[in-house]
Amino acid sequence: MRTADVLRFARDAAGGYPLRTGLSVLAMAIGVAAVVVLTALGDGARRYVVDQFSALGSNLVIVLPGRSATGGFNPANALTTTPRDLTVDDAFALTRLPSVRRVAPLAAGNSEINANGRLREVVVAGTAAPYLDIRSFRMAQGRFLPEADWNRGAPVAVIGSKIQEEIFGGRPAVGELIRLGDRRLRVVGVLKSVGQGLGMNTDEVVFVPVSLAQSMFNTNTLFRVLIEARSRDDIEVVKREVLALLKARHGNEEDVTVITQDAVLATFDKLLRALTAAVAGIAAISLAVAGILVMNVMLVAVTQRTAEIGLLKALGARGATIRDAFMAEAAMLSLFGAFTGYGLGLFGAFMLRQMYPVFPAYPPDWAVLAALGTALSTGLLFGIMPARRAARLDPVQALMKH
Amino acid sequence: MSLIRLAGIERVFHLGDSAVHALDRLDVGIEAGEYVAIMGPSGSGKSTLLNLLGLLDRPNAGSYQLEGRDVTTLSPDEQAEVRSRRIGFVFQSFHLVPRLTAAENIALPMMLAGIPAAERDRRVEQALRDFGLDQRSDHRPDQLSGGQRQRVAIARATIMQPAVLLADEPTGNLDRATGDDVIHLLEELNARGMTLIVVTHDQKLGARARRQLSMEDGRLKHDSARKGALPVA
Repeated sequence: MRTADVLRFARDAAGGYPLRTGLSVLAMAIGVAAVVVLTALGDGARRYVVDQFSALGSNLVIVLPGRSATGGFNPANALTTTPRDLTVDDAFALTRLPSVRRVAPLAAGNSEINANGRLREVVVAGTAAPYLDIRSFRMAQGRFLPEADWNRGAPVAVIGSKIQEEIFGGRPAVGELIRLGDRRLRVVGVLKSVGQGLGMNTDEVVFVPVSLAQSMFNTNTLFRVLIEARSRDDIEVVKREVLALLKARHGNEEDVTVITQDAVLATFDKLLRALTAAVAGIAAISLAVAGILVMNVMLVAVTQRTAEIGLLKALGARGATIRDAFMAEAAMLSLFGAFTGYGLGLFGAFMLRQMYPVFPAYPPDWAVLAALGTALSTGLLFGIMPARRAARLDPVQALMKH
Repeated sequence: MSLIRLAGIERVFHLGDSAVHALDRLDVGIEAGEYVAIMGPSGSGKSTLLNLLGLLDRPNAGSYQLEGRDVTTLSPDEQAEVRSRRIGFVFQSFHLVPRLTAAENIALPMMLAGIPAAERDRRVEQALRDFGLDQRSDHRPDQLSGGQRQRVAIARATIMQPAVLLADEPTGNLDRATGDDVIHLLEELNARGMTLIVVTHDQKLGARARRQLSMEDGRLKHDSARKGALPVA
């Protein structure tokens, strides 16, 4: 029997039982669609995080007080106690390194803002003028913290857009006096809204000079030092130089951790890829279930068409021909289901993107290929048994079934 | 050389502990172009004999030569090839594939044999005309009358120009008039040289054949080609 005839015969056979065919196609389609949508979700989450990190600014190197054994990004970093403070002077010393373009110290804490008769809790970030450019922020009104000696901060503040809205309503805030904790500060600028970034919503932060923040929170140490390298190639050099310099300044003890944005990104990237793969694996179970359904449907088909199989044998069909015809039918069910599911999945991902525009929910190529491949191979694999059963039917017995 | 030569054929079925001899030491020869009726009550072994002649079943003992070739020792694929090229089947219940049109049903053996589509179309068209079905080529079996269905089945059985046509109660599911039409059609094919073997328990139908084989308990009770009754034991 010619291949084209086998395919046509299988197609007609599948078309002869629309309900049965439709249901198995649907099962396979749901399996593939699940893989496509879930991996789109997982990969969307990965892209979202990567984008957020990229939004931090380019060529970023971050110094944390405390030594982390692995040198990676580690929740323990936030808890480690430091033998020696990471001071403003340390940060300032870094500005003299040749491969460093900008440095911004960062001290952080919680406080209350009180102005215009309103009160709310805010995150206070103590930093310096270069912070604006390192984070690529823009001003909505006024200007950022003034260039000044980092150890002598003027009583000024820059507020996030949401704070401006909540405290001052629609009115311009520049020039207004606010009370931050027990300090009276003048607002010199309002940041343009940038939304969520690294879990800290910049729109709800009040920026003050670093020395002011340190005295408010009665600490000498910095939360972070943000460093921008001159170029991407300089990142490793900066990392090395920063470590060496701070080690020298801290009595030859390596008590800081230097992480690069690349390293953080790579960690999150790896994590979320693993998550996507896990989700894809779970969704793939539905493909196996769909494969078993195709087998079931093909077994029913063999039973339903026993007389026909007997007839085909009487008309001179070899066992192999009958096996091929049934395999082709199983493959068609799976393939058709897989492509329908692929379309459904793409549509689902599209709907996700429509509902959450910030979320780049695109299925990764590998997941699509894996889903289609798995669908087809499970269909074929689970088609083997029914097809062999059909090929082995005794023609005399088969012909009597009518 | 005989078309068909059966020697010492035995076919035993096991039903529980007891062995049933459906065919018991059968010796028959059939020449090319003969018109043979195999008759006998149900259970006499006539259907088993037909299945055996059609290579759908294998004997437990004995040899079956078709056109001088021992076909009992062939592999299943080789037997399929013989069924495809040398044997045509006509069944009591027609056995048409319900989802295929009359033309597609007739073309089925050629499709299975891998004959190119153009050649298939040509031969199907010829067959439709020969069997008076040219108005029915696109009809599916459920749109055809019983007589038309059996004509489609006969067209399908003869499309590969087999050496022998095996018909199992070909008129069993038809009314008298249509049954007669079908028998005339088969006899016409026989008149043009096709060997025809009909299994029936209809005495009148069997009597039309030039040679009658009467079966009983798996043995040949009477062969009209030989003088007198065979000894039963």
